[in-house]
Amino acid sequence: MEPALFEQMAMPLFDQLYNHAHWLTGNRSDAEDLVQETYAKALKGFRSFAAGTNLRAWMYRILRNTFLTSRAGLAAQKTDWLDEDDEAAESLPAPTATPEHQLLAAENRQQLMDALASLAVRDREILLFCEVEEMSYREIGQVLDVPLGTVMSRLSRARQHLRQALERRNHGV
Amino acid sequence: MACDRNPAQLSAYLDGELASAEAAALELHIRTCPGCAAEIAAALQLRRSMAAARERYTPDPAFKQRMLLNIGVPSKPRWLSFIPATVATATIAIVLATLLWSVRSSQQALRQETFREIADLHLSDLASANPVDVVSTDRHTVKPWFAGRIPFSFNVPEFSGTEFSLIGGRVAWLEQEPGAQLLLGLHQHRISVLIVRDIPSIAHALPSSTGVENRASFNMSTWTSGGLRFFVVSDADPQELSKLTQMLRQANP
Repeated sequence: MEPALFEQMAMPLFDQLYNHAHWLTGNRSDAEDLVQETYAKALKGFRSFAAGTNLRAWMYRILRNTFLTSRAGLAAQKTDWLDEDDEAAESLPAPTATPEHQLLAAENRQQLMDALASLAVRDREILLFCEVEEMSYREIGQVLDVPLGTVMSRLSRARQHLRQALERRNHGV
Repeated sequence: MACDRNPAQLSAYLDGELASAEAAALELHIRTCPGCAAEIAAALQLRRSMAAARERYTPDPAFKQRMLLNIGVPSKPRWLSFIPATVATATIAIVLATLLWSVRSSQQALRQETFREIADLHLSDLASANPVDVVSTDRHTVKPWFAGRIPFSFNVPEFSGTEFSLIGGRVAWLEQEPGAQLLLGLHQHRISVLIVRDIPSIAHALPSSTGVENRASFNMSTWTSGGLRFFVVSDADPQELSKLTQMLRQANP
């Protein structure tokens, strides 16, 4: 009975969880391993999942924690998460290109996708939660296990980083 | 940045996460600040383009099917990946040697065992309180139910107008392979039709036969068609089983 209910509730999230996993790991085979482990853990812990609460946030949280403790996730954090201070956003240099210039750049989707892939995991994941999964700040807070204020500052910083990455790519053109 | 607005506030405004009073104040500001207005426009464009990240990666259908089958079955424990390669290789070698030895020395026993396994599947189904997972007399309901649950598809013949009646189906396992089990009625008798992929271990254990044989006190027929292996098992009359076999063969040429 339990696996049947789990299947019914969790399988509709499969495609989007896979997409997210692929964005995190950067390749198909690691993404498949990550999704598989996520579902195995979720099924095992399904009893502890409180009915009526947010299954999507719960599944994403498992996927995220699984990724962060995987070999690829640990390697990514070693290089990415050096500046743990959320207030660092304020001290970032402002993007030098004009917004109009960036607007043109954003039209080139491939460049944008490359820029997104080049971001630190911490920036990439929160942009995906907000822009791709269209989660509310509250839901993002549940997945990341951080307060709303932190979601707000991290997201703003991630957007700045994305624009900077886009700009860097644009200089090459 | 054109003015000293906190970028996080613009960001939250875009996401509709500002309190209404704050949002109203910001809107007022944007009207008089071309810098912030341009920022918002650029951010909106960026957001539209970000939609391309949504379905950028799609899972392999085979992977999805494997996952569906795995749910309910415990996955490989994590510690397995930490066993040093040499130990793993040695273990595999021993297991292989053992398997080869046992296959050679007990071919006969293996056949008997597989027959028993199939007979047991049929018996346990009859003894079960819920013999089928999908209850339907309609072949158009039963066939799609199996989609995504088993790694193949097959045709269910039309039983209306015959003495056979479809009761339902469930996923059954044979030689660790997921398969479809159909339960049929024939007067007082119950008949199981088991369909699995024709994997080597089954082909090896049970050569397909031409007619209905009496095995392990059941009548059974088995054949291969289109990469699938069919088994019909019941205590019903062998002639009736031959008829059913014929119908299944015609539906799955």
